[in-house]
Amino acid sequence: MTTADLIGKILQFGMGLVIFAAIVGLLIFFIDKAPKRGRDYWQLVGFLAPALILLAIGLIYPAFRTLALSFLDKGGDFTLDNFVWMFTQPAAIRTLINTIVWVALVPTISTVLGLAYAVFIDRSRGERIYKALVFMPMAISFVGAGIIWKFVYEYKSAGREQIGLLNAIVVAFGGDPVQWLQADPINTVLLIVVMIWIQTGFAMVVLSAAIKGIPTEQVEAAQLDGTNAWQRFRNVTVPGIRGSLVVVLTTISIATLKVFDIVRTMTAGNFNTSVVANEMYTQAFRASEVGRGSALAIILFVLVLPIVIYNIRVLRAQREIR
Amino acid sequence: MSSVDEVTSGTKTGRVKRRLTSRGATVAALVIAVVWTIPTFGLLVSSFRPAELIQTTGWWTIFANPGFTLDNYADVLLSPSQSSPQLGAYFVNSLFIAIPATIFPLTFASMAAYAFAWMRFKWVNALFIFVFALQIVPLQMALVPLLQFFSTFLKPGQQWLHSVLPMIPVQNYLPIWIAHTMFALPLAIFLLHNFISEIPNEVIEAARVDGATHGQIFWRIVLPLAIPALASVAIFQFLWVWNDLLVALIFSGGTQDAAPLTQRLAEMVGSRGQEWQRLTAGAFVSLVVPLIVFFSLQRYFVRGLLAGSTKG
Repeated sequence: MTTADLIGKILQFGMGLVIFAAIVGLLIFFIDKAPKRGRDYWQLVGFLAPALILLAIGLIYPAFRTLALSFLDKGGDFTLDNFVWMFTQPAAIRTLINTIVWVALVPTISTVLGLAYAVFIDRSRGERIYKALVFMPMAISFVGAGIIWKFVYEYKSAGREQIGLLNAIVVAFGGDPVQWLQADPINTVLLIVVMIWIQTGFAMVVLSAAIKGIPTEQVEAAQLDGTNAWQRFRNVTVPGIRGSLVVVLTTISIATLKVFDIVRTMTAGNFNTSVVANEMYTQAFRASEVGRGSALAIILFVLVLPIVIYNIRVLRAQREIR
Repeated sequence: MSSVDEVTSGTKTGRVKRRLTSRGATVAALVIAVVWTIPTFGLLVSSFRPAELIQTTGWWTIFANPGFTLDNYADVLLSPSQSSPQLGAYFVNSLFIAIPATIFPLTFASMAAYAFAWMRFKWVNALFIFVFALQIVPLQMALVPLLQFFSTFLKPGQQWLHSVLPMIPVQNYLPIWIAHTMFALPLAIFLLHNFISEIPNEVIEAARVDGATHGQIFWRIVLPLAIPALASVAIFQFLWVWNDLLVALIFSGGTQDAAPLTQRLAEMVGSRGQEWQRLTAGAFVSLVVPLIVFFSLQRYFVRGLLAGSTKG
C-alpha cells in the first residue's frame, strides 16, 4: 500500500461520512420545514423514505428477480432445468444431502453440549471465565475459525512429524496420518465440528441465562422430595427452559443452513463437502450459471422459511409473557 | 432439612451451590473449556514460532523446540513484496468498511423505527410488519440482482469519481457500504423499534406540547434515550461486517483497493495453504479487533449478539 493509496482511502472514508451526515442533516431540516398542508404526511415520508428505498432496491426487487432468474435459461426463456439439475445431478444431490447432514448435526450437538456446559458451570467458581472461553469463538470470523481448524487438521506424510493436532493424536495411538479434509465423508463431519465449536457458545449463553431464571424454590422443592441430580435436570430444569431451547435450536438451524464461509475457506466445496449456500456462490459467481445459482438461493429460502417463521413466533410469544 | 446442615452450608445460594456442583460436573466443564480453547491457543503459539519450526514440529512441543519470533507478523503486515500484498492495506479496508457500514444502517434504521413507533398513520403498522417480514429473505437471494443493479447504476458514478479524484480507485468502498446497509435494515429497524416504542408516551407528548418538531424530538430525545439499544445493535453490526466474507467477495472487487481482511485471508488459505507462518499471524491480525471488542464490551456484545442472532 503506497501513501497515495492510503490518502485515497482516508479521503473516501471521510467523504463518505461527511456526505452521509449532510444528506441526513438536510433531510431532517426539510422534514421540519415541510409545507403546512399535509405536514404530518411529508414528515412520515421523510423519516421512512431512506430505509424503504434501500430495502426496495436491496431486498424486495432482488428477491423477485432471483425468483424469475431461477426459471430462466441462459437465453432468457422459461425453463425448469435449473431445478431438474438440482435434483438429478449427483454433485448437486450431494450438496443437498450435505446440507441436511449439517442441519441435523449442528443444532442438536451444539445445544446438547451448550446445555450440559451451562448446567455444569452454573454457580461454580469462575463461571464468568468458563463462559468467556467457550463463547469466544462467537466473536471471531468464520474465516478465522476455518484457519484455526485447518491447522488442527493439517497433514504431513507418514514418518514425518505431524504438526496438526488431530493427526498427531492419531499417530500417537499408532495410526497412520490421514488427509482429513480430502477424506470423504469424514471431511464433512470435520467441517461440522467447526460450526459446532462456534455455536455451542451461543447455546450455552442463552441457556445459562434461562437456567438462572428458574426459581430456586422449584429446585429446592425437588431436592426435598429426594430426587437425584438427573431427575431434577429432567423434571425441573428442562421444562423450565423449554422456550429458550426452541429458540436456540431454531436460531442455530437457520445459521447452519446459510453456512458459507467455513466451507469456502476450508475446502472451497471440493472433495464432496459443498453445501447449498456455497454451491449457490460457486454456480452464480464462479461458473456463471446464474440460473442454477438462483435456483439454489430459492431452495435456501424455502428451507429457511418455516424455521424463521416458527422462531419469530416463539420469540414474540415469549416477549408477550414478559 | 436439619438445622446442622443449615448452619454448615451457610447462605441460601451457598446451599444450592454445594448441591449442584459435583466433582464430575466440574471435571467435565474443565475438559470442555480446555478442548474449546486449545485450537485457538495452538494458532496463537504458532504465530510466534519461526517458519521452519512450525513446519517440522508440533506447537505443543514448544518447550522441547523453543523459538520465538515476531517475523511472521512483520512479514504479513509490512512486507513490501508486490506478489503478496501486506495485510496492512486490508486491515485499513476492513476498518473503513465496517465503521460506515455500521453508522449508515443504524441512522436510517433509527429514523424508520421512530416513524413506525411514533407517527400515526393507517398503513404504518402494515408497513412495519412487511419490513419485519423481510428478515426471512436470505442474503443469497439478493446477491445476483443487486450486483447487476450496481454495475448498471453505480459503476458510472464510481468511474466519474475516479476521473475527478484519481487517488480514489474505481473499485471503491461505496457498493460494499450500500450492500451492508441494505442487508442490515430489517433486523436493525425491528430491534430499535422494540426499544424506541417503549419510551414513555408522556416524554414524547410533553415535547410535542412544547412545540418540538419531529426532527427535534428524534435528535434531542429519542436518540439519547436509545443509546443502550443503539450500542448493542452497533456492536453486533460492526462485528458482522468485520467478519463477513460473502458480501465482500461479491461487491469488493477482490483487490487491495477495497477488499477486507477476511477476503484476503480466505484467498491466502487457497493459494498459500501450507505457509502456516503467514496464515497463523494473518489470522490473528484479523481476530484482534473482534477479541478486543469481545473482552472490553462483553455485556453489550452478548446482548447485541443474542438480539441479532437471526440475521443473514
